[in-house]
Amino acid sequence: MSRIKERQPMPQQPAEERIKNFLEVALGYSEEQALAEAQRCLSCKKKPCVEGCPVMVDIPEFVALAAEGKFLEAAASLKKNNSLPAICGRVCPQEEQCEKFCLLGKTGQPVAIGRIERFVADYEALHSNGNIGEYEGPKDPMLAKYGVAVVGSGPAGLTVAGDLAKMGYSVTIFEALHDTGGVLRYGIPEFRLPRNILNREIEYVQSLGAKIVKNVVIGKTVTIDELLSGGFDAVFVATGAGAPQMMNIPGENLNGVLSGNEWLTRINLMRAFRFPEYGTPLKKPKKVAVIGAGNTAMDCTRTALRVGAEEVAIVYRRSRAEMPARAEEIENAEHEGVKFHLLTNPIRFIGDDKGWLVSMECLKMELGEPDDSGRRRPVPIPGSEFIMEVDTAIIAIGQTPNPLIRTTTEGLKTTRWGGIVIDEATGMTSIPGVFAGGDAVTGAATVITAMGAGKIAAKGIDKYIREKYGLPVPSEEPVQEESKGNGQNP
Amino acid sequence: MKPDTHDCALTAAERSLREIVEAGATNKVLRKEKLSDTIVLFELDNPLIARNAVAGQFVVVRPNTLGERIPLTISDADKVRGTITIIFQVVGRTTMELARIKEGECVPDVCGPLGTPSEIENYGTAICVGGGVGIAFLRPITKALKEAGNEVITILGAREKSLLILENEMRELSDELILTTDDGSYGIKGVVTGPIKEMLDSGRKIDYIFAIGPMPMMRAVAETTRPYGVKTVVSLDPIMIDGTGMCGGCRVTVGGQTKFTCVDGPDFDGHEVDWDELKIRKAYYFAEEQAAKEMAAKEEN
Repeated sequence: MSRIKERQPMPQQPAEERIKNFLEVALGYSEEQALAEAQRCLSCKKKPCVEGCPVMVDIPEFVALAAEGKFLEAAASLKKNNSLPAICGRVCPQEEQCEKFCLLGKTGQPVAIGRIERFVADYEALHSNGNIGEYEGPKDPMLAKYGVAVVGSGPAGLTVAGDLAKMGYSVTIFEALHDTGGVLRYGIPEFRLPRNILNREIEYVQSLGAKIVKNVVIGKTVTIDELLSGGFDAVFVATGAGAPQMMNIPGENLNGVLSGNEWLTRINLMRAFRFPEYGTPLKKPKKVAVIGAGNTAMDCTRTALRVGAEEVAIVYRRSRAEMPARAEEIENAEHEGVKFHLLTNPIRFIGDDKGWLVSMECLKMELGEPDDSGRRRPVPIPGSEFIMEVDTAIIAIGQTPNPLIRTTTEGLKTTRWGGIVIDEATGMTSIPGVFAGGDAVTGAATVITAMGAGKIAAKGIDKYIREKYGLPVPSEEPVQEESKGNGQNP
Repeated sequence: MKPDTHDCALTAAERSLREIVEAGATNKVLRKEKLSDTIVLFELDNPLIARNAVAGQFVVVRPNTLGERIPLTISDADKVRGTITIIFQVVGRTTMELARIKEGECVPDVCGPLGTPSEIENYGTAICVGGGVGIAFLRPITKALKEAGNEVITILGAREKSLLILENEMRELSDELILTTDDGSYGIKGVVTGPIKEMLDSGRKIDYIFAIGPMPMMRAVAETTRPYGVKTVVSLDPIMIDGTGMCGGCRVTVGGQTKFTCVDGPDFDGHEVDWDELKIRKAYYFAEEQAAKEMAAKEEN
């Protein structure tokens, strides 16, 4: 075991530098580092890491190619199963997925699969002379006359569109906003996911043949029923979880109180941090409280620092152990100077006589018995009220699916909280020909689970259209060994 | 960085929905008219929005690739021509930039129709009140109320004569038309609430009032009708970004509850709106808006 080398560290912009800019925090491996890290892989026969990947990337294969310095081949291998590797290498919670199953992790540090993935994808971008990369796989010309409408250009929508376009379908993605990418653009800040990387991955999906139509709100501009009767053979709903949850406490509509979505949309999508060059304004905050402790909350704190806030704090009603954000994001926020007021819950926003937020009243909490989520329930400590001075409060306690499609599509079954109900095996909803996936189904989750759902739905849509028109079903691709762990015998 | 300019291709006329949506919309300005010194009309090629737009809905518009998203009420939708008409007053940077787009050029981003349509039914006698550029937005609602069988009295108000737009169109749509100007340069001297109060005091049976225009005017209408208990609907235009219920920037308190104007509105019961809060929220970015306006005015020269 002594031969096993330490995991290669990720070079980063120093915290004191990076809080002054929107450039990427993690700088990426050098070629030497990528080689060294890839060479740590034991190339296990059983490939446990692949089980942890929602899109089933053949991880040992691409890592082995990278270990030989064949980075372009490694990129091609990655792209067989993942149309968005440069994004996944950056924003996937690998510690809970592929890397969690890595054999090296049992005794030491797992192979940094995500970092190698990122290096390989970036290497390809750098060495392709601006060429997006040609897809040379089989496209069935018979399928071109069948149209599939994809609603939303976030991770789930892009995955379905990419996979169906590769098969040969005519795919049209409808995006409600004026720019593509969904949460990848309006939600994730560019210091975590640079815009040129995002643009390139979206251009790749377009190069496969998927068309993107912006400024179309399905449910408003056109309904699902109209798509089905107007020439589309199937619809995939990937509208994400874009409706912000508010706290419903007094003073919430004071100036200075914003939803995490509004804060991030202003900065990430509208680029208000470059006002007045860009048209959308931003109030420069001084003392900021971000309520919540998920990845969105961390993104809010870190953008607040970058637009010049003097003090930024997370205010969270549970303890550190229950914080839903990735450990890496919490650590990054901490290094950048974000403070953490844990076991603290705001109960009221207080404004001045002109209607501007000046402070918030909070209660201290303690942990009680576990609740439905299995996490210990926070219980208020009587008499623990105190005042926290803030001029900006950002509420990032969660997002739910946008009701626009649910309320305009008759017969579409949804859960109590608004998630679209699907058949897990095919992604089909209660309406034949209408499929769904991603956060619109699961509620706010991760980029890669949305992509995994997209992969399943793409197969489901292909099967549905073939059956509907009596097209031959192509022979099943050889499955990589037997699928394990799903409890189903063939 | 300079914003991209606005060029586009022509669209064909008759196509299936799939063809139309796959082609997208050009948003080409087919007709540009100046209704007054500061009020501009665009008729835009957008067959997709024209198909489903109904009275009371709005579009979100972005004037260039660096620009802000602003909501504008749809003034008219021609399903045959596949066009929508928007009318806006040049009041700040974004509307200045929008007004720079010439006939034959394209508006880069137009998204809609958004918002919940106005509730149109036969109420009996309805008063439609429009103030300033709000008159432009009043047109589809007046038309719909008239078609639903209402007796429609329209009251239009503006600061002075040149801002009193669409007089002839509105006269055609209404059973009765009353005009007011603050300075008395045209019609009755005074504000729109004068004739409303007079009518209510005269004992004339008024069943429904719809008001659209500057916030102080809508608020004044609501306060005027409150003692009489006549249902008064107003169309709000708070600060908005996406217009699809995503950001919550357009929060208003109506009847003690928080509503998102973009999806729950823009029409609300004027007697239930928390006007003080709305006034504060609308002024959120006042300082930034002033700075941007001065910058844009310099560019203009």
